[in-house]
Amino acid sequence: MTISAKNFRELRLDHMRRDFGGMNALRDITLTIKRGEFIALLGPSGCGKSTALNCLAGLLPLSGGSIWLDDQRIDDLKPEERGFGMVFQNYALFPHMSLRKNIGFGLKMQKRPQNVIDARVEEALALVRLTKQADKLPGQISGGQQQRVAIARAIVVEPPLVLMDEPLSNLDAKLRLEMRAEIRRIHNMIGCSTIYVTHDQDEALSLADRIVVLRDGQMRQVGTPHELYARPAHADVAEFMGYRNLLKAEAETEQNGRLTMRLGAARLDGFAIEPGHGREVIAALRPEDLTPVNDGPIKAAVVSAEYRGRDFYGLARTEDGLDLWFRSDLSVKPGERLCLGAPAERVLVYAGAAA
Amino acid sequence: METIPLTAPATPGRESLKRRLERAGFDTTTLLLAPALLFVLALFIYPALYGVWLSLHPMNGGGWLANYTAFFSDPYVYGTIFTTLELAVPVTLVNLALSVPIALRVRRMRHQRLLTTLLVIPVTLGTVLTAQGMLNYFGPLGWFNRVLMSLHLIHMPVRLVHNFTGVFLSQIVSGFPFCFMLVLSYVTGIDPSLENAAAMLGARAAQRFRHIILPLLAAGLAITFCLAFVQAFSVFPSAVLVGAPSGPTRVIAIAAFHAAYEEYDYSMGSAIAVIMGVIQIIVVALVMWLSSLFYRGPAGGGKG
Repeated sequence: MTISAKNFRELRLDHMRRDFGGMNALRDITLTIKRGEFIALLGPSGCGKSTALNCLAGLLPLSGGSIWLDDQRIDDLKPEERGFGMVFQNYALFPHMSLRKNIGFGLKMQKRPQNVIDARVEEALALVRLTKQADKLPGQISGGQQQRVAIARAIVVEPPLVLMDEPLSNLDAKLRLEMRAEIRRIHNMIGCSTIYVTHDQDEALSLADRIVVLRDGQMRQVGTPHELYARPAHADVAEFMGYRNLLKAEAETEQNGRLTMRLGAARLDGFAIEPGHGREVIAALRPEDLTPVNDGPIKAAVVSAEYRGRDFYGLARTEDGLDLWFRSDLSVKPGERLCLGAPAERVLVYAGAAA
Repeated sequence: METIPLTAPATPGRESLKRRLERAGFDTTTLLLAPALLFVLALFIYPALYGVWLSLHPMNGGGWLANYTAFFSDPYVYGTIFTTLELAVPVTLVNLALSVPIALRVRRMRHQRLLTTLLVIPVTLGTVLTAQGMLNYFGPLGWFNRVLMSLHLIHMPVRLVHNFTGVFLSQIVSGFPFCFMLVLSYVTGIDPSLENAAAMLGARAAQRFRHIILPLLAAGLAITFCLAFVQAFSVFPSAVLVGAPSGPTRVIAIAAFHAAYEEYDYSMGSAIAVIMGVIQIIVVALVMWLSSLFYRGPAGGGKG
């Protein structure tokens, strides 16, 4: 395979900022991305992740800060001068061109000789497994195929950096899983850097080398998928990473980071993540870690439960009116009273007041 | 040979006819078309056919085609075809050429509605008012010439009315907003992410226009050309008011008017009108054929 990214060491975002009519859509984004790295920008909608991507692409000018590719400052370059590849959310395939011409467009703009274009396009078509459809128009192929064309079109010019804007959000669940693997395979094969915008934490966890969590235009946490999954730095990141139970609690005693908290009538043990918390704390725990146990400290009644094949997931309510998402190996019925508990190492404690 | 129906019709006749009509796509809703059909029949089809019939019955006899042979044997009369084409084709092309870049710019503007309103005003004025204004503004003693003279750019007033230029300018003024509105709607129909995608692939603005915008706009431009051309080809008021109706701007509509209402030869007038229609159809067919060589599908970027 001769498709491979041009050489560069790192892409540096230095205090990148973008305002929209007095609003900070993006604040103080500072990040260094190494060659070959797969970065996921993860956040809820409206968090500024697409804005960040468009700023990197050059489709939106920065309001402050700078972008560097090694020693070259690139934030004042036009999109066509940056040489990055981009996969759009709606694919943005040229509807009047065959797949072959769509993929060859970037090479044609670079004024490469026709025989080089033909060879490279053929290679890219094989990479995304669309050789047979090469002469069709984009309107004649399925969404998943269009998405692969969009990827092929972006990488055939060997960009140092490929930007992907929620490329899987328009696909059905099965295709999304397949394409996820496909995207990672192609990334590994060509050795470019990829910045991948998504609001789906599963996607980010399974694809990325590092995940950047954005909220309200600010970076909340940067880390490996494992770091983010096991130790979210803030309560809001925890919520986004699947810690569905965020419970207001009162800290009682603390020893080596291990806290005992009062949660209504119950006592719960957990580990402090955010230093400098006061008495008011938030205990975050995943539904899958909160299960009915014999000596479970939290007494609650089942409100609803749904069957997920191997186990049951449900909602339970304590006498104080606290809602808890839990998991159970055994069947539970609405109204059934449970004693819920979680191992202390799975309960993360953050500074309180918010929730 | 006898065929056995799988399900025998319960009551043959009215019932089955209704069923059959429904299957072919005619039901009671189809009746809603009736007023429109009547309207088209009474105000368009009948007069057109009547005109053709009239043109084939010459006032002075001499066979069915006497009017047509008379038209094509007199250079003063058949010359009007070329006079009109020489006016209508450049006017249409200039209007299109002006509309495209302006529409591309306006698409990205915030006060789009204000600007489009301003541009549409000339349409509402009507040809006569526009002509009146032009006579004052562009006339030998009008502002335009006086400003140029006082700046010593010219020594003699430039002749801009009562000639070809006058009609040309008038047609631009009244035709441009029409062209512009149509082109704007076609331009805004092109997904902006397509241009962004082209830019990301290294295409500069001119290349994006040539490879993305223009091919996607081709079908729309062809339709706009046809509508604008038909309008310009039937020019009459401005050719009389700001033109030279006896000479350089003696367009085909004037010839038809002359025959019908000054020589009272309705038959000849109809013949000229029919010829006019045929020429318009030929040009429109030609343009539509040309545009069929281009992409005609939706101008979106894909699903989503």
